[in-house]
Amino acid sequence: MTKEKKSPKKGVVWRLFRYVLHYWPLFMAAIGLTLLSNQLSLLGPKYSGDAIDAIAATQGVQFDAVWENVGRMLLCYLLSAILSYLLAVLMIRISQKIVYTMRRQLFEKLTALPVGYFDTHHTGDIISHLSYDIDTINSTLSHDVVQVMTSLYTVIGSLIFMWQISKPLIAVFAITVPVSIVLTRYRSKKVRPLFSTRSKKLGELNGYAEEMLCGCRTITAYHREEEIGNRFHRRNQDAMEAYRKADYYGGALFPIINFINNLSLSLVMILGGILYMYSASGTVKAGSLLFITLGGVAQFVQYSRKFAGPINEFANILHEFQSAFSAAQRVFAILDEPTEPVDSPDAKILDKVQGEVSFRNVTFGYTPDKTILHGLSVDVQPGETVAIVGPTGAGKTTIISLLMRFYDRNSGTITIDGLPIDSLTRSSLRRAYTMVLQDTWLFNGSVYDNIRYGRENATYEEVVAAAKAARIHYFIEGLPQGYDTVISDDGVNISKGQRQLITIARAMISDSAMLILDEATSNVDSRTEIKIQEAMAALMKGRTCFVIAHRLSTIQNADKILVLQDGVITEAGTHDQLMQRGGFYSTLYNAQFT
Amino acid sequence: MKALLRYLIPYRNRMTVGLTIKMTATLAELMLPYILSHILKNVVVVQDISLILLWGGAMILFAAIACVGNIIANRMAARVSADFARQMRQDLFDSTLRLSAAQADRFTIPSLESRITSDTYNAHSFINMMQRMGVRAPILLIGGMAITLMMDAYLALAMLAVLPLIFVTVYFISRKGVPLYSGVQQAVDRMIRVVREDIQGIRVIKALSKTEYEHRRYDTANADLVKKDTHAGVIMGSVNPIMTLLMNGGIVAVVALAASRVARGQSDPETVIAFMQYFTLISMAMMSVTRMFVMYTKCAASARRIAEVLETDEDLPVLSEGDYPREESGAHIRFDHVSFSYTGKRQELEDISFTLPRGGRLGIIGATGSGKSTLIKLLLRFYDVTEGSVYINGQDIRTMDKASLYAIFGTAMQQDFLYDDTIEENIRFGREIPHDDVVRAAAIAQADGFITAFPDGYAHKIAAGGTNISGGQKQRLLIARALAAQPDILILDDSSSALDYKTDAALRRGLAESMANTTVVTVAQRVSTVKDCDRILVLEEGRVIGDGTHEQLLADCPTYREISDSQMGGAFVD
Repeated sequence: MTKEKKSPKKGVVWRLFRYVLHYWPLFMAAIGLTLLSNQLSLLGPKYSGDAIDAIAATQGVQFDAVWENVGRMLLCYLLSAILSYLLAVLMIRISQKIVYTMRRQLFEKLTALPVGYFDTHHTGDIISHLSYDIDTINSTLSHDVVQVMTSLYTVIGSLIFMWQISKPLIAVFAITVPVSIVLTRYRSKKVRPLFSTRSKKLGELNGYAEEMLCGCRTITAYHREEEIGNRFHRRNQDAMEAYRKADYYGGALFPIINFINNLSLSLVMILGGILYMYSASGTVKAGSLLFITLGGVAQFVQYSRKFAGPINEFANILHEFQSAFSAAQRVFAILDEPTEPVDSPDAKILDKVQGEVSFRNVTFGYTPDKTILHGLSVDVQPGETVAIVGPTGAGKTTIISLLMRFYDRNSGTITIDGLPIDSLTRSSLRRAYTMVLQDTWLFNGSVYDNIRYGRENATYEEVVAAAKAARIHYFIEGLPQGYDTVISDDGVNISKGQRQLITIARAMISDSAMLILDEATSNVDSRTEIKIQEAMAALMKGRTCFVIAHRLSTIQNADKILVLQDGVITEAGTHDQLMQRGGFYSTLYNAQFT
Repeated sequence: MKALLRYLIPYRNRMTVGLTIKMTATLAELMLPYILSHILKNVVVVQDISLILLWGGAMILFAAIACVGNIIANRMAARVSADFARQMRQDLFDSTLRLSAAQADRFTIPSLESRITSDTYNAHSFINMMQRMGVRAPILLIGGMAITLMMDAYLALAMLAVLPLIFVTVYFISRKGVPLYSGVQQAVDRMIRVVREDIQGIRVIKALSKTEYEHRRYDTANADLVKKDTHAGVIMGSVNPIMTLLMNGGIVAVVALAASRVARGQSDPETVIAFMQYFTLISMAMMSVTRMFVMYTKCAASARRIAEVLETDEDLPVLSEGDYPREESGAHIRFDHVSFSYTGKRQELEDISFTLPRGGRLGIIGATGSGKSTLIKLLLRFYDVTEGSVYINGQDIRTMDKASLYAIFGTAMQQDFLYDDTIEENIRFGREIPHDDVVRAAAIAQADGFITAFPDGYAHKIAAGGTNISGGQKQRLLIARALAAQPDILILDDSSSALDYKTDAALRRGLAESMANTTVVTVAQRVSTVKDCDRILVLEEGRVIGDGTHEQLLADCPTYREISDSQMGGAFVD
């Protein structure tokens, strides 16, 4: 919120405007339409005033003049309506094009950002940039820009017309405009903060309700319905009080605006009535500054209404612009984030991978002040299975992130088949690995597409074979639409274990030379795990594997076990070697039998 | 709508006063154009400035009355509608919490959430708006029509002919807009889902170099959203131009018709000017009335959804002991030939029987979907058994009132919930438990160590869902919560799966030492968690396929042996 108060930099306005300029022919057309349609609607009252004068003419009703003016009015209003509709459609099209482009740029930017960005930024925040911020920009572009042009034109246009009708009557606005300004200040100082408090409180209340509903079975189990109800009551009361307060002051706005309009009307009537009185009696001659006809009074009243509207709205629009600029600033801030550094121009494409991996003195920390890995050195031969064991926070997953170049190490070298990984293109390096993670990631698509995600040219038979190997085929067959069943949060119920088996099937279908298993079977119950062990063994065969696991069965048969503690490899060797050593590993191993 | 009206009854006096004030204010406002035409027609001719000033002053006076009256009435309306919404939301929330598990399943949690949040909000806005515009708009409309009819019925009829057109167009276009905008909302949700998915799966996407693929996937969602949004905008964008055109059309008609009437001496130009003023007022009122109709349909749907929850009868009533008599088995917990099915189609549990003495330890083990958690849900009476009975201390749990039934249990479930409050409060969970008991429970649950490691200890804030602590820490807090009130029966439903072996063992030791009189039911996937139990049930597809101690089961339950072999002691490191 404090950010919003800062006035946005000029750069933001210009940058936002550049998006608009991209569609300058459309934008110019929009400006043209605005001017034309407003000019037409401003002419309406003029002709109606003329018509009334023709009706009220001292020599009797001048029918020709009346019909002429009626025809003009009709034409003006009709054209004005058509043009303003065209304008609305045009602005929607322009703003949608811009918003589409912005969303696409923002999304493509997101996928180009280093993985670390998502570790330090909340998903909810990122999503709010893509939805709310861009929506704010959208509504400003599609409504407020036109509104400002229209308002300006109407204010100036009305003023000119009123000036022509009667100069003295304009003096009325010397009273009403200052009142409007005071009201505007009242609105932005007093009322707006109340409304933001109201939204905040209501948001908190809704958040609390959602939180408690998620725990409703626990609440039942502890019979806490009443207590939780009381707590809800307090928040409910707060929110409703904030609501009422906002309405208390906000509810005065419309009547006051209305009053100002009516005050204008009354003053125009008093002054206009007096002028008309003298004009009608002939005391004031036609052509005099003070002269006014009955139609003139009618015109003036209508223009004064047109004039007052935009003045009242001015503060609102200004605020809309302000928040659109802040929104744009936040969007641009993401667009300006540094992406993953591009591959060096002479980067080679890694293919025909053997699977020899070596770490030399690798040191790394996510932040400069906290080093996670200290001078790590490991050599892995092609086809070897390396298990990494250690307490949470020891840096197990960090090693994987460095292998995949999600992060770049601070010092030391990592090579694959003797090639330093920085000399390779990122995409070919990453393609050399297949990953199965504890966090089972499936997207909203068919089961088939989710499995085939690992290799897009896989055939149907290959997909089924992989599913069978991962022991998930029969489950999939049993789904309402089999392999075409769409996986979604709200749709078919797929348990965590089943999700993980699908990701294992996805890994089985890919043909990478190396494999990373990070808690790959943590969500699978142990009996299913036995069943897929064969398939896992087939998956691991001939591939260089990096395994992080809780369960000993997976670790025990590894060619190399690394015990990682506080970013340092404290023990390394086969299961038997480590057991003989009698260190950390053997203590842990023996603990389970006590 | 009836349910809504019931909540308004207590405020009927305040509403009547408010609406009367509103009515006065509106009538005052209606006087303005009348005076206007009076000045032009009758006062100006008299050539008396003071008279013009007098009538002008009257206009200002009426405008002021309208302003003050509207402000007072709006403020009263704000108070009434806030009171109304608070009471209704509270009742709705309370009723929601009292829904049985089966009822909540039927409504679904997201739908219940939106009833408490957006539906209540809709009802609130509607009641608020009804009080502010519900009187003003019809009075302006009817009063305006009456006055114009009195001034010049012929002209008035010509002008009023336009009103139905305004109503019909605005009403139908707005109605059309509602489904269009919900389509837009769905498209927004799809677009956001892709983003959310991709943020969560960013590592997989990068690992598989699927960025291009994801760009295409997002582009589809993005383009669809743009298409829907544009379509809705293009339709809804026609409301204002049509409204303005119709309004101006009415004015043109009045001017055109007035000409011949003035010529024949049936009308006068001043009336035409007043008509223009009235017509603006009437059209605005017409638009408000139309908007209220649209809002009414929205609110009626919300009211229906709210009433559905409020009017749901209490499920799982307390049954009489006459029909379900006590028994003298001496067991603390007894399942007697219990079968259960959620839907009536598939048996989740079939013919489960066991008894457990006070202080006994029961372990339940089995694969995902074998019915372990369902069994616990029946014990807690989240659902009623389809067949058979569940007894606690010889009493059928269907005959126990909720307060005394749930006072027996301390429950920790696998996917249990922690909320945005301090650690102490999360353990206490709104019960009256002294601080020392909280600390004692935390110590047995092996949570005291990490809690006191926080600088603010037990006052440390937990984020909603416990996202700021690890899975193992979460489980230990949940166990501490279950222990804190020293329950008769402790239920641990897969609640130590994220604990490392050492901690799990220490926890079980702690339970054995300090809660010897407590009956413990432990559900687990890990053999090590249940192997010390007096009795272990092995479940498979809703049936008991093994029943005995660890050693007995190792000897004669092949499935149990298989599970045990595969685990080799379970989780290795935290």
